[in-house]
Amino acid sequence: MIMAMYIIGHQLSSYARKSHQSASQLEKVRINKILIANRGEIACRIIKTAKKLGVKTVAVYSEADRNSMHVEQADEAYCIGPAQSNQSYLRQDKIISVVKQAKCQAVHPGYGFLSENTEFAELCQRENIIFIGPPASAIRDMGIKNTSKAIMMKAGVPIIEGYHEKDQTSETLLIEARKIGFPLMIKAVRGGGGKGMRIALKESDFIEALESARTESEKAFGDSAVLLEKYVAKPRHVEVQIFADKYENAVYLFERDCSVQRRHQKVIEEAPAPNISQKLRQELGEAAVRAAKAVGYVGAGTVEFIMDQNSHSFHFMEMNTRLQVEHPVTEAITGLDLVEWQMKIASGEELPLKQEQITLNGHAFEARIYAENPRNGFLPGAGQLLYLKTPQITDNVRVETGVRQNDEVSVHYDPMIAKLVVWGKGRNEALNVLRSKLNEYNIAGLDTNIEFIKDLCVHPKFQNGEVHTGFIEENFEQLFPKLHVPNSILIQAALAWILHEDVDSLSASLETKDPFSPFAMETGLRLNHTLNHTFHFNVGNENHIVEVKYPEPDLYLMRVNRLGPWRKVIGTLKKIDDVLELFTEIDGIITKARTVKLNNKLHIFTKDHEWQLIIPTPKFVNTLMGRTEQNPYTALSPMPGLVEKIFVNKGDVIKKGDSLLVIVAMKMEYIIKACTNGVVEDVLCSIGDNVAKDKLLIKLTEAKV
Amino acid sequence: MLYRSRYMLRQFQPFMRFYHEEASVIGSTPNSSSPIYQENYAQMKILVDQLKSTVEKIVEGGGQKARDRHISRGKLLPRERINTLLDKNSAFLEFSQLAGYKLYDKEEVPAGGIITGIGRVEGTECMIITNDATVKGGSYYPISVKKHLRAQEIAEENELPCIYLVDSGGANLPRQADAFPDKMHFGRSFYNQANMSAQGIAQIAVVMGSCTAGGAYVPAMADESIIVNNQGTVFLAGPPLVKAATGEEISAEDLGGAALHCRQSGVIDHCAIDDTHALHLARQIVKNLNRQRAMDVKINKNIELPVHAIDEIYGIVGTNMKRLFDVKEVIARIVDGSKFDEFKAQYGETLVTGFAKIYGYPVGIVANNGVLFSESALKGAHFVQLCAKRKIPLIFLQNITGFMVGRDAELGGIAKNGAKLITAVSCAQVPKITVIIGNSYGAGNFGMCGRSYSPRFLYSWPNARISVMGGEQAANVLAQVKKDQRAKEGKQWTQEEEENLKNPIIKQFEEESSPYYCSARLWDDGVIDPADTRVVLGLSLSASLNAPIHDTKFGIFRM
Repeated sequence: MIMAMYIIGHQLSSYARKSHQSASQLEKVRINKILIANRGEIACRIIKTAKKLGVKTVAVYSEADRNSMHVEQADEAYCIGPAQSNQSYLRQDKIISVVKQAKCQAVHPGYGFLSENTEFAELCQRENIIFIGPPASAIRDMGIKNTSKAIMMKAGVPIIEGYHEKDQTSETLLIEARKIGFPLMIKAVRGGGGKGMRIALKESDFIEALESARTESEKAFGDSAVLLEKYVAKPRHVEVQIFADKYENAVYLFERDCSVQRRHQKVIEEAPAPNISQKLRQELGEAAVRAAKAVGYVGAGTVEFIMDQNSHSFHFMEMNTRLQVEHPVTEAITGLDLVEWQMKIASGEELPLKQEQITLNGHAFEARIYAENPRNGFLPGAGQLLYLKTPQITDNVRVETGVRQNDEVSVHYDPMIAKLVVWGKGRNEALNVLRSKLNEYNIAGLDTNIEFIKDLCVHPKFQNGEVHTGFIEENFEQLFPKLHVPNSILIQAALAWILHEDVDSLSASLETKDPFSPFAMETGLRLNHTLNHTFHFNVGNENHIVEVKYPEPDLYLMRVNRLGPWRKVIGTLKKIDDVLELFTEIDGIITKARTVKLNNKLHIFTKDHEWQLIIPTPKFVNTLMGRTEQNPYTALSPMPGLVEKIFVNKGDVIKKGDSLLVIVAMKMEYIIKACTNGVVEDVLCSIGDNVAKDKLLIKLTEAKV
Repeated sequence: MLYRSRYMLRQFQPFMRFYHEEASVIGSTPNSSSPIYQENYAQMKILVDQLKSTVEKIVEGGGQKARDRHISRGKLLPRERINTLLDKNSAFLEFSQLAGYKLYDKEEVPAGGIITGIGRVEGTECMIITNDATVKGGSYYPISVKKHLRAQEIAEENELPCIYLVDSGGANLPRQADAFPDKMHFGRSFYNQANMSAQGIAQIAVVMGSCTAGGAYVPAMADESIIVNNQGTVFLAGPPLVKAATGEEISAEDLGGAALHCRQSGVIDHCAIDDTHALHLARQIVKNLNRQRAMDVKINKNIELPVHAIDEIYGIVGTNMKRLFDVKEVIARIVDGSKFDEFKAQYGETLVTGFAKIYGYPVGIVANNGVLFSESALKGAHFVQLCAKRKIPLIFLQNITGFMVGRDAELGGIAKNGAKLITAVSCAQVPKITVIIGNSYGAGNFGMCGRSYSPRFLYSWPNARISVMGGEQAANVLAQVKKDQRAKEGKQWTQEEEENLKNPIIKQFEEESSPYYCSARLWDDGVIDPADTRVVLGLSLSASLNAPIHDTKFGIFRM
C-alpha cells in the first residue's frame, strides 16, 4: 500500500441531508476556509490536506513564529501575540476574532493548545464556528478522569480499579490507596501527557508523591484534584483510533502501540501493536467504539488502554478527544487521510467508510525527533537548526515537520523537530526502513534523540516487540552504551577538519585580489620538512589526539592517541546535492560519510552512526569568557529556559543539595541545587528572566567560619 | 609530484576561448630507462634526501633538552608558534634554513637561531620573524642578525607586514663585533622598522620571552605590540646589569613584565594570558590592518599543472654540471600546462626567453642553455625590457659558466653586449626571482641576476655551484700563471708540483661553491628541492605582487 496516498478527497459537498438529529447540527456546510489554531508540524500537516481539498487556510502565529513554516504555507496568517503561548496560541478571544476577520467557517485546533479545551469548543459553538473536533460535552466528559471512568464502567469498557471520588483530603486518599494497594499511581484528574502523575511504590512514599502531583496539576491545569489507580508493573500503552460522525456511526481504525516512553512522553509509536492477536485487536477496537458512543462522540478520537504485557488484559485509561501526534502511523496502515475525515465529519458528512471496508495493511512506525539530549536525562534543548538534512521522501517514508534549516526550536514550545513515519510490509521491514532513514536524518546545531532512537530500534527486545512503558529504564544500559569512538572516525574527523579549513581558506582567498595564491592552495606546505599538526577531539568526556603529518600534498599520515602505526590517509570533500560528503581513504580502503562543521564542533554522519567531535577551545578563551571548569560554586542554567522561582537571597547560608532556583523549559521544571555548602554571593537572575544555556545564575562563595 | 587542490581548482575554471594553446606546450617525455637518466635521477635524489634530512634536523632547533625546558615553561615551540599564528592550512615559505650551518666550527646554530618566512595570517601574506629560544637562548649571532635584516629587506621590498615573535637574550656577546657596530648590523633592524612603518608596512611585535637591551626596541618600535603575562619581559638592562649599575635588586617580571608595560609604562599595548592568546591577538591586529593588497598583473584563472612529472627534473638535470641539458625541459616542468611562448627562439639560442604562467601569474623566463654570446645577451636585454615595460615578473634560471671568451667574442663586443643585459636586469623594476639550477660563474652570475642584483628572492638547487669561476678553471689559471713565472725564471715545473698547487684550489672552490656553504652565509634565500621549484616560485610571486610594480627607467645602453 502506498502510504502517503490518502483516499482521494471529494469536494466537501453542501447538499442538504435528512437527519434524525437537530436540524441546525445536521445541516451540511460547505467548508471552504479554515483557521488552524496551532503551529509547527501539525499546522503544516493540516494545511497539506486542506490544500488537497481546495480549502483555504488561515494560520495564526506568535511573534516568535513570524518566519515559521506554517505561516509560509498558509494562505493567510495573523499575528496573535507574543511568544508565550498563554498570550498567543491559548488566547481564545484573539483566535475567534481572527476567524471572523478572515471569514473562516471552521477552526482546526490540531493537538495540544486549545484542542481539548471545553470552553473553546463551546465558544466556537456560540459564535457559530465549526470546531473540527468533538462536541464540548464529550471533551468535558472525557477530560475529567473520574467522570470518564464512571461512564466507561457503565458502557462495559474494562477499567482499572481506583479511587475517583471528590473527597480529596490526604487522609481519605491514603485510606483509599491502602485499599487499592501499592504500587499505586496518583494522577491529576484533569491531567494528561504525564503531567501531574506520580507513582508511589510503597506507602511511605505516598504523601510526598501526592503533594508533588497536586502542585504540578495545580500549575498545569489550575486544579489539584487527583485520582488513584492500581499500578501495572509492565504495562503497555495501546490506543485505538476511532472516528464517529454526527449520525451515531462509529468505526475504529485499529490500534497503535505507544509503549516506549521517556518521562511519560512517547518516543516511538507503531501500528498495529505488535504481538496482538486478531481477536484481541477486534476486542480493543470494539471496546473503543463503545467508549466513544457512550459519550456521544463525533470526530477523531483516541481511546487509550493500559495493557498488561503478559496477560494482555486491557483497561480503559483515558480518551484523547483530538487528533493525536502519532496519527500518521494509522494513516500508513489504513491508507486514509484522517484530517480529511475530520473535515468531512465536521461539515456534516457521514463516515466515508464502514467498519468492514477498513483494512489493515502492513506495519508503520513513527519516530519523534526531539531537540533533547538523551544522554543527559533527555534534557530538552532549544536553538537554531543550523544544519538539517531530511531523508528522501518516498511512498514509504513521510516526514512531518514544521521547521526548516536555520529555523529556531524555541524555548516557548514543544521541542519536537519532526516525525519520521515509515511503512513496511511487515514489522521487520518497517523497522529496517526506519533505521536506515534515521541515518539519513542529519541535524546539527542542537542535540537530538536520533542516535538514541537508532539504538532503540536495534535492541533485540524492541525488535521482538517486547515493549512496555518502562522499556527505557529497564534496558537503560544497552540503550546507552558507552561511547567508544573508533580510530577510523577520529581519522575522518581530522581529515574533515583539514578539508573544511581548506575550503574556508580557499573561499576566503577567492575574495582577494590574489585568489589562487599557493599560500591558500598548497595546504600545509613546508619547505624541505614536514608539517606536523596535533588535533584534539573531545567526545563525551574523553579526549583523543590525532597527530597529522603533511608529507605530500593531498596525502596525510595520521596516528591516533600516539599509538599504533601511522596510517596513510587521502581524502576529498565533495558537495553532492548540497551535502558535504567526505571520502576518506585509509590504507587503501575508502569510506564515505557526511560532515558538518559548526564552530568548534564537527559532526560526522556515517552510514549507521552520528559522531559529534568537539575541538576544545583554547584555555585563553575560557579564561577571558570567565568560564571555569565545573566550579561547584556556580549554578548554571542547564538549558535555555525561564526562571520561575528563586529560593535563595544574597547572603543566605546554604547546604549541599539545597534547592536554589527553578527553571522552566519545554513545559518541564528543573530544580537547580547547590553542589556544595556555602553562602550565596550573588543572584544574577530574577524571576521571569529568559536565560540561555550555561548562563551563570547564582554565585556561591565559601562559608566563613 | 602532484600539487594539491586540483579538485577545487576545477570548480573555478571558466570556459576557454578557442585558441590553439596546445601549440605552446613544450618538453618531451624523457627516456627514463636510459643509464644517464637513471644515474642523474639517483644522484639528484641523494642530494635532495641529504637536504631534507639536514633540514629535518635543523627544524628541531636546539636539541631535546632545550626543547623540554622551553615546553616546561608553558611556552609553545617556535615552529608551533608559527603554525598557530598562520591561517590553519597556510603554506609557509621559509627562508635560509641552512643559515649558520657549520659556520661557527663546533657551535651549532640551527637555522641561525631565527626562523623567517612568509605565510598567510588572516588571509594576508606576512613576514614572520621568530627567535628560537631553544638555540642558544635565542641570542643573536652575526648570521642571525643577517637573516633578520634579510627578512626585513624582503618585507620592505614586497610590502609585507612584519610580525616579530620575540624570545631572545639579545646579542651573542663574544661575537658582538660582527653583529653590532656596522651599517648592516643589529641597529639596522630598528632603522628598518621605523622606515617600514613610515611606508605603511605594519610592524607587529609579540613578546613571548626575553626582550633585553637592544631587543627591547623591537616592541618599542613596533606599531602594535603584545606581551605574554608572566613570561615576556622588556627592559633595556636586565636584573643583573641593574644590580651592578645601581644596586637595585629586582625580579625580571617586576622590572619589565606585562603588568608594568601594559598598565604603567605603556610600552606594550596588549597583555596575553599565554602564547596561544598572544598569537590570537597578533592575528586580530592583522585583521584590523585594513590592507588591500596590490595586484598589478593579470591572473589567469585556468591554472594547469605541468603536463610532465615535476620530479623528472632529477633525471634530466642530474648533478654532473659538465653534462649539458636542455633548460626547456626544466621550464616544461615548472610552468602552468607546460605552456611556454618563446621569444626570439631562433636567435641567440644559448639564452632561452619567453612568457609563461606559474600558478596563473604571468612571468617572463630567462634561462641559460649554454655560454652567453653577444646575440644571447642582446636577446636577453631585449626581453627584459619587454617584461619591464609590460610589468611582467621575471624568473631567471641560472646555469651559466660565463660569457664567451676569445678574440672573436671580444671583437663582437661581448663586453658591451653583456653590459646591456646587466643594465637591463639591474634597472628592471618588476619582481625578479632567481633560481640557481646549476652553475653560476663569473659575469654570467651578474647578467642572470645574481645576489648582487637584488632579486626579490634567490634560491639554489642542491646541485648548484657558485663562484667566480669553476674550481678547475681557477686552478688551471693559477697553474698557468705559476708555470709562466717558472718558465721566465727558467725553472722546471713538474706534473706533481702542478697537482700540488691545483688540488687545494679545486678543493677550496669545491667547498666554497657548494650551496650549503653559500646558504649558511645567506648568499641565497634557501636551498630547495628541484621538485619544489614550481611551488616556491608560485609562493614567491604571490608574495612579491604585494608591492605595486613601478615604471622602469633604464640606464644608458652602450650601442
